[in-house]
Order: sequence, then C-alpha cells, then structure tokens
Amino acid sequence: MNIDNFETITIETDLLILGGGMAACGAAYEASHWAKKHNLKVTVVDKAAMERSGAVAMGLSAINLYMGLAKGNNTIDDYVSYVKNDLMGIARADLVANIARHVDSSVHLFEKWGLPIWKDDEGNYVNEGRWQVMIHGESYKNIVSEAAKNALKDLGDNGEYYERIFITEPIMDGDRCIGAAGFSVREKKFYIFKAKAVLDVMGGAVHVFRPRSVGEGMGRSWYPPFNSGASAYFTMKSGAEMTCQEVRFVPIRFKDSYGPVGAWFLLFKAKAVNAKGEDYMVTRADELKKWGEYGQAKPTPSNLRNYLMLKEVEEGNGPIYMKTDDAIRELAANIPDEKEAKRKLKELESEAWEDFLDMTISQALNWASHNIMPEETPSEISACEPYFISSHSGASGAWVSGPSDLAPEGYHWGYGNMTTVKGLFAAGDASGASSHKFSSGSFTEGRISGKSALAFIVDNPDLPEISAEKIEELKANILRPLQTFEEHKDYANDEDVNPNFIKPKMFMFRLQKIMDEYAGGAAVGFKTSKALLEKGLEYLEYMKEDSEKLAASDLNELMRCWENVHRMWQAESHIRTILFREETRWPGYYFRTDFPEIKEDWEVFTNCKWDPETGEWEMIKRDVH
Amino acid sequence: MFVIHQNYFQTMPSFVINEKCDGCKAQDKTACQYICPNDLMVLDKEKNKAYNRAVDMCWECYSCVKICPTQAIEVRGYADFMPLGGVVQPMRSSDSIMWSVKFRNKKIKRFKFPIRTTPEGSIEPDAGFETETDDLKSQLLRTEPGSIGTDLYEG
Repeated sequence: MNIDNFETITIETDLLILGGGMAACGAAYEASHWAKKHNLKVTVVDKAAMERSGAVAMGLSAINLYMGLAKGNNTIDDYVSYVKNDLMGIARADLVANIARHVDSSVHLFEKWGLPIWKDDEGNYVNEGRWQVMIHGESYKNIVSEAAKNALKDLGDNGEYYERIFITEPIMDGDRCIGAAGFSVREKKFYIFKAKAVLDVMGGAVHVFRPRSVGEGMGRSWYPPFNSGASAYFTMKSGAEMTCQEVRFVPIRFKDSYGPVGAWFLLFKAKAVNAKGEDYMVTRADELKKWGEYGQAKPTPSNLRNYLMLKEVEEGNGPIYMKTDDAIRELAANIPDEKEAKRKLKELESEAWEDFLDMTISQALNWASHNIMPEETPSEISACEPYFISSHSGASGAWVSGPSDLAPEGYHWGYGNMTTVKGLFAAGDASGASSHKFSSGSFTEGRISGKSALAFIVDNPDLPEISAEKIEELKANILRPLQTFEEHKDYANDEDVNPNFIKPKMFMFRLQKIMDEYAGGAAVGFKTSKALLEKGLEYLEYMKEDSEKLAASDLNELMRCWENVHRMWQAESHIRTILFREETRWPGYYFRTDFPEIKEDWEVFTNCKWDPETGEWEMIKRDVH
Repeated sequence: MFVIHQNYFQTMPSFVINEKCDGCKAQDKTACQYICPNDLMVLDKEKNKAYNRAVDMCWECYSCVKICPTQAIEVRGYADFMPLGGVVQPMRSSDSIMWSVKFRNKKIKRFKFPIRTTPEGSIEPDAGFETETDDLKSQLLRTEPGSIGTDLYEG
C-alpha cells in the first residue's frame, strides 16, 4: 500500500477516551453527564465496534464484583482484605475500596438498562460466590455500549464516537499528555487527536507468551487476542510510572477451550482432582505453609491454588479433572422427590451449558465434539499461558493517583486515576494494583476516571499546540511498516520471506518464544531465574532493533505490526520487573528458581518507568500501605 | 499468515457458507465486517462473499455468526484440538437466544436463555436515578447515591 496519499485528520476535543470496552463505556457514560454541565467535549476512539468491543465481546455468565452494600451483604474492608490476600499482600487498598464503594451503582444501572440478573424466589440476586452474581449475559456488552452511546448522544455535537481507528502513540507537550495518534484500519486516513486530558482504557495484553495451542487454536486465548497491550504501551511511552508489571495472571480453565471454572467451583461446588482422584487442595495443604500468612488465608489465593495443581502436573499426576459429574449428582441427590430431582437435574444441565454459551462458546463446542455430558463425564482442566490483566487476578498497569478522601500519603496527586503523567488517566486493565475489578469494576473505574479527568480539564483549560513537524514525524513513524514493505516487496518472490524486513506474525512468534523459554512460560512450567531473564533481555534487544524493520502490506497488517510492538514493550517491562524482585511471591504465576521463597522485605510494589528523554528504565520500590 | 485467504470455503473456525452469503447486498460494509472485534472479516468484492482472513486469530466469539442477516456463518471448532462433528449454532432474537448443540455422536441438545429485558434502543442512561451533587470534585458519581442504594462509603 502506497503511503503518499494518506489523508491527515486532526480532531480537537476536551476529553479523549481511548478504547471501547467496559472501562471506556463507563468513562463515556459518566463523562457525558459532567461534560454537559461544563460545556465540554468528549471523544471516544475504538479499534473495533463498541457493541462487541473488548473482553466482554462474547458476553459473560456472571458479574464477578457486586458488593450488595445496601443489603449489608459485605463490607468494603472485607473486600479489600480479600483482594490483598489474593495478591499476596500487593494491592492498593485505596483504589480497590474506591471501585468497591461505587460498583453496586453500576450493577444496578446494568439491570435497569436491561441486563437479566438471576433472582431467587425472594427477588434477591443469585450469588455465584461471595462477590459474584449470576447473569444471562450474552448481550451484556451490547446493553452497556448502548447506554454509553446514548449518553454521548445527549451531548449533541460535543459527544463523538470513532470506530475502527487504531491508536498507537501518545502525544506529549513536555510532561503533559495532550493527545494520541493512530490510523483508520479501513481507509487511508491518519488521525491526530488533540485533547486536554486523555484516558487510556485499551485493555490488557494477550499473546505476549507463546500460547499452548499454536495452530488455529491460537485464537482461543482465554482473554481475547485483540487485547494486545495498547494500554501499557501508551502509558509507558508517555513516561508514566508502571506498577506490578511482574504480576501476570495464569488462569486455570477447562483445557484447550478455556471455558470458565468459576461457576463449577463456586456455584456447583465441584472439586478438582488428579488422575488418582486425589483432591490436591487437601493432599498438598502442607505446601501452603511455605507462603507466609497468605498460605493460610481463606479463600486460598488464586496463584497458590494454581501452584498446588502445577505441582501435580510436574510430578506426572495428570490429567487434572473437574468433577462435574460428582457435583451435579450431589446437588440433585439432596432432593427426595424423584420428579423434582429430575427437574433439578435438567435445570442444572441448562445452567452448566449456559455458563459456557454466554461467554466461551468454544468450550460448548469442545464438549459437543468430544461427546461430553457434564453430568456424566468429568472434564480436564489446565493452567493456561500467562496474561496481563489487572481487572482479574493479575495486577499490571499504570501507577495511578487514589481518591482524595481514601488515599494515604504518597498515593494521591490531585486527580483520581491520573497516572504520574499530567493529563493522562488510566482505568480497567490499564491501571495497576487494583485487581479483581472484573467487568463491573472496570466500568466503574472508567466512570471514576471520566469524572476525574473532567475536573482536571476544568482546572487546566488550555489546549497546547502540536507542531506540523511533530505531526509529520508521527505519521512517518506510524506508517513506516507500509513504506518498508513498498520499498522492498519486489526483491523476493515471497512477500513474507524477505531479508529486508520482518512481518508482524513472525515477529510475534519470536517474542512468544523468548518469553515462553526465558521468562517462565507454560513450556518451562512457569520457572525462570536471573540467568534466563538476562538472556531473554538480550534477545529482546535484537527484537527492538528489528521492530524498526516491521513491514505491512495493508492496513490490517499495519495494525498487527503495532500490536506486536505493544506486546514487546509489555514483555520488556515484565522481564525487568521479575528480575528486580528477588523473591518468589506468586509461585503459581511464576517461580524464581534462584529465589524460591517469599521474603518480608519484598512486600512492596515494584514499579518501573521508562524515560522518554534518555530511553533508560528506572526500577522503583514503593511502600504498601 | 496474514496473507489473505481468497478461498473462503476452506476450513476455519468461523466460515462462510457460499450459498447463503450475499455480501450484505453491497452495503458499504457487511454485518460481519462491522462487528468482528478483531477486524478479521473481509468482503471479497469480486465474488461478493465475506471471509475470515486470519483463522488463527479468531476468538470464536460468534459475534459474526450472531449478526449475519442470512445465517451464512458457522463455526467449525479449532481443528488442532477438537474432533470433527460438533456444531454449536445460535438463533439470536431481540430478547432471547436459542442454542442448538449437536454432538459428534449426533445427539442434539437445545437451550434457550433470555438476553435482555428492555427493547433495543430504549436505554435511558440515568435509569430514573437522580444525581445528588453538581460538584465535579465530589466523590459522588452520576446517579449516586440513589443507584448504590445506600450512602457512599467514606472510609
């Protein structure tokens, strides 16, 4: 594709929201209300179409964060200590509490907007577990995006939504973020968005590590393949301080199709066992004692549950099974009336299938293709590959300001959810150390950030200029893979095999191989060490050099080029942070063989920052309050 | 490979049935192009048929299957770990979804679930809740505290 006649389109706005998922929808929803009062403009830019954009694209079978505060079901303090324990002490209590105190509001809105939430005979929500409520969630994202779009519409000309635009570069004015640059994935259009404040809500990162399935099944990542690290790249390139970049998440899910296990463990009370039928949470209970107070916490932290299972696999005791058959039998066995028991069985069967059909359809297809009836046959579960997702049980993201009324000294700098870069805000998977927000909490954190960013705009009403030279420089850099391809494509007979450039797919495979083998991926049982990490960093240096030679034959491939550059940055910050933290704190996520124990003096946040001036990385310890 | 597969009839997670796809009657984009969250669906303008251009980047999210106006898209499970023969196909309406699950051994199960309790397009963002404050610096969000159902937690 020739880059000569690429149109440059410049858009000026007040608040720029980057992303289209749950957090972006929350931000658009909230900001629209306050922008109207202050006559401000809100612009949302999404690489997909909002009704199926982001990790909730397929739907969900549960809302994993609902407090039930009005009914006194839970307290904020209980929730904060649950999250802290699950993350082995490493969480920002102020951020977690801030999301939790507002989250019921979001869930109640979802219900009013039309999301069917399961109810019991008394009209109360049906809980899956303590913090989770069951939903008929096939259209969860459609409903939430309709609310966000309608809210934007209420702003008239001051509410804008652009779809199918891929954002890749922050635009800076000294220490302040004043916009973003990207391109249309459908037309030859280059975009500059100028804004008084920017909210980064572009999701987590998938395919940084080599996935277990490398054929067609590569697309069946647990978290979606289109979440490719744009959030972290954007904040890092702005020079923002990042936190918990070592805290990846390794989910345990139904094997290969990665169907959810939450309903099976929590709602159906199923057990996971090794091939001998042993419940490793019981037989290996002693192993938990090695992990300090967190090993004894109830519920057992996600990563420690993983760890016990990984031990089974390592010792050759697989396959590991979810005993779906026993669970359903036991639930139906308590009903004495035969007819009633039959009805209950039918209901459980439907609930079991809905759990997959609502959010991981491929798992239902997997059962169908293997002739699995869950009430008759147990199913294999396994550890997936590592993911970067701070909305779930990982924690990586930007280090953001807490709310003025809850944040302790050092955790607050003026505007809630602002990163350490002036005018740049982050929420959802883009903000770190506030795990377990899930869909409802991400939407809520988007709301918090949307409002807070508008407060920043009112206090900082100037819109700095971007020079024509700067725009041309950004354009040339972002479109370079197209140019590289044009220049060299006629040299070789195969457009993918050419010594002058590298195509994004092979670039991704190279990154995944480095991460898998040196940074503790699935192939090596999630184990790594200083020697391995340093070798991995060495190989990443070559990748960074070769990233200058990425080539794209069309706009779709141009997007893939940048997605993989984003992944590479996520990878580097991950390796550097694992290397910095000289202990093993989340043994079921990754294991430092050279520092195999948890250490009290590492009960700190390990943050990192890339300096846009010097290109140097700085590693920082921050206290946990 | 990101090389475009011109043969949309070849095997892939989401595939298009030639006979049923009408290219959305040459609208500016097909429904599947509009919806795919990973920008995988493309219209072959010569043949007037849509196709999935990168099958190994397909999440099998079924967004294309659900939105296709001629029900021309189905999913063939990832061949690298699923035996042939399973089919899961939805029929999505404005308030519910009906799933047909066909097993390799030819058994069929059918499930129907609600998806929405309000008419499409009817959402009123405030949902009847008042916002108590006009203060941009207040911790209260739009519709609060009414939508929380209790006072905002203040530490």
